[in-house]
Amino acid sequence: MTAVNSAKDDVLVSVRGLKTYYSLRGSFGQRLVGREAGHVKAVDDVSFDLYRGEVLGLVGESGSGKTTLGRTLLGLVPATEGSVSFEGADITRMSERELRVLRRSMQIVFQDPHASLNPAMTIEQSVGHPLTIHRIARGRELRQRVAEALETVGLAPAEQFLEKYPSDLSGGQKQRAVIARAIILNPLLLVADEPVSMLDMSVRAKILELMLYLKHEFGFTYLYITHDLATAKFFCDRIAILYLGRIVEMGPSAAIYEDPKHPYTKALLKAIPEPDPLRSVPRDLPRGEVPDAARPPLGCSFHPRCSAAFEVCGWESRDLRDLLEIRWARMAAAEYEAERATIGDIAALDQPATSFRVAAGNGRPGSEVLALLETIRGEMPDEPFWKGVRALTAADGYAEVELFPPVVPRLLPLGRAHVECHLYDAEALREADARQAARL
Amino acid sequence: MTADPVVSVRDLRVYYGTLRGTVRAVDRVSLEIGAGQVLGLVGESGCGKSTLGRGILGLLPEGAVSDGEVLYAGQNLVNMSPRELRRLRGPELGLIFQEPMTRLNPLMRIEEHFSETLKQHEPSLDDREIRRRSLETLGRMGIPPTRFRQYPHEFSGGMRQRIMIALALLLRPKLLIADEPTTSLDVIVEAQILSILADLRQSFGTALLLITHNLGIVAEACDRVAVMYAGQIVEEGTAREVFSEPAHPYTRELLRSTISLDTKELHSIPGAPPSLIEPPRGCRFHPRCPDAMQVCAVNPPVEQELDRDRRVLCWLHGPAEEVPEDGWSPLERQELAVAEEA
Repeated sequence: MTAVNSAKDDVLVSVRGLKTYYSLRGSFGQRLVGREAGHVKAVDDVSFDLYRGEVLGLVGESGSGKTTLGRTLLGLVPATEGSVSFEGADITRMSERELRVLRRSMQIVFQDPHASLNPAMTIEQSVGHPLTIHRIARGRELRQRVAEALETVGLAPAEQFLEKYPSDLSGGQKQRAVIARAIILNPLLLVADEPVSMLDMSVRAKILELMLYLKHEFGFTYLYITHDLATAKFFCDRIAILYLGRIVEMGPSAAIYEDPKHPYTKALLKAIPEPDPLRSVPRDLPRGEVPDAARPPLGCSFHPRCSAAFEVCGWESRDLRDLLEIRWARMAAAEYEAERATIGDIAALDQPATSFRVAAGNGRPGSEVLALLETIRGEMPDEPFWKGVRALTAADGYAEVELFPPVVPRLLPLGRAHVECHLYDAEALREADARQAARL
Repeated sequence: MTADPVVSVRDLRVYYGTLRGTVRAVDRVSLEIGAGQVLGLVGESGCGKSTLGRGILGLLPEGAVSDGEVLYAGQNLVNMSPRELRRLRGPELGLIFQEPMTRLNPLMRIEEHFSETLKQHEPSLDDREIRRRSLETLGRMGIPPTRFRQYPHEFSGGMRQRIMIALALLLRPKLLIADEPTTSLDVIVEAQILSILADLRQSFGTALLLITHNLGIVAEACDRVAVMYAGQIVEEGTAREVFSEPAHPYTRELLRSTISLDTKELHSIPGAPPSLIEPPRGCRFHPRCPDAMQVCAVNPPVEQELDRDRRVLCWLHGPAEEVPEDGWSPLERQELAVAEEA
């Protein structure tokens, strides 16, 4: 089943250096002076091949860019850079008219079956809609083809459903109807964006089984977009883990689940609640959440949450602010206020920098700030942040912090998989050693 | 069942009227939660679990009627006036919702949310004490004091849910009901919130009813579990026992159909949950039950206590003397069409 043969004919979709950026609207003032507010890198330099007949899982949390990537692949969202070749033709350069023809070959199933069907259309109209739009069939032939599609997805006998409205159907039945609509043009590629996550547990398996059946029967190629590593394990031949717009790990399912490499993949696997009462809530989880994609961390995007991060991962001023805040959240109010007074404005730390000043509180000398930072280092020595510190010095009214500059991780082959993490990059490890020696 | 329960629900019924008829969302439910205990309430969508949670707190929508008993500190909450109930909510009874953003006022700073709550219920506190109490509760949830004056939109989804939990805990309620508190969150953040909730029992001694559709969450975070189907609790026991030896076929099938990392083959329950307007005769699960017997289609099952801490609503566990002679033979049915399934 797994398409390991990389012969060109086997590749249905080839994605190269794909970037999808959304521009930010910015404030009124910024628009007035015509300044750009910047952009969100929803998909940031992603490359992979999708082989015919395989199921590739795109797995990530909200904000990872998985949905945008799926939509860019279908030409529903314009790509900013890079290419998406579908059977050799680059869809990023196609006109809307050319795309429309191609859309017969690629269809999408959305997460919410209740929102995917027009409540004012009968099931026959909804499922037959692609045939109408593409002027392929109408009248008796349309009805015939809709009935066939409905029976294929298990809505049998079809006569019972043709005249019904979405509100007459259960959630699982609606999702079956949505799938019937997606397959009625006999596409080559099906993008399924969280197709079971809105459904009850007892129904999920049925829809997954249906999708597997369709794959075996018609040889569809699937791009399965999900946040759920448990269903992906069952369904996918290969998995790509996305974090903040980048693929951080990709490989055959077996490799990803048996031997995850990236600290993020490991954390995702550990966090899945298992129906086993002998297992308790995992404690050693990455802290915080997926950061704002408009202001991604320097270096490796995962470094602020990674317990294995080290010298080269991209330490910056915002990480120091996080560290201070974690510490202050644990303190009693009086203790916090005393310590807070030592340091001045911390908002300046929000501007990402690797060499920066920590201002002293009103009338306090810089040496007190330095002493405080050293105290914190002594009390929280295992915080990975300290590995990124090259030098701490005191000056008049502030402490100067110098961090090692970020190194951007590369997606490198590792065993059967590809991983984007400095822990597995010999060059980065050598650089880290050199930095340790250079620490002041 | 529980030595000295914080809340004890007896024969609670909650009905509400719709155009299609009366929905019996909660139909004679009894349960107890002790101090520092976490009871997980699981079931599929539409089984009445959220209505039960709200019914316990008297937070029902207009048009809903309830009867039965919700005994809390010697009083029956079901008969209480809205005014008296309002006084209890906060200091005694708390609720955590699924969507934190819809419960925080976007125009109010976090600080104002906290001071308003404290001032309303403990008017004797001075500003300094209000600040101390607020920061302490927020800090326990991992929200730093530096963000005390920010507005809800400046926080991430997980932070907002932590703020909601902190607000609910601020007055140290004895009973807390959390309705799908992690459903809209990512899995890592979900696990973070669950570990916070699991710590509550030690640090606050709160009795917690955790409502969820996710069996994994129950297994990891709850001491006991009650399984709800079509408005009724069909099985209750310690999480360990219920998961390792489910007594009710519905619990067993639900566990089998949960897709986890250990899943080797897919499994699903035939049919769909019934309408609560006209639930099936006899046992409500019998049309979908692989073990259904003749009696199940005719007579409603009688609750059986299997152990001191274990009860089940299923004819398989008796009482034998109430099963008619021909009642034990398997129920014959026509094959379900796939169409009726999903």
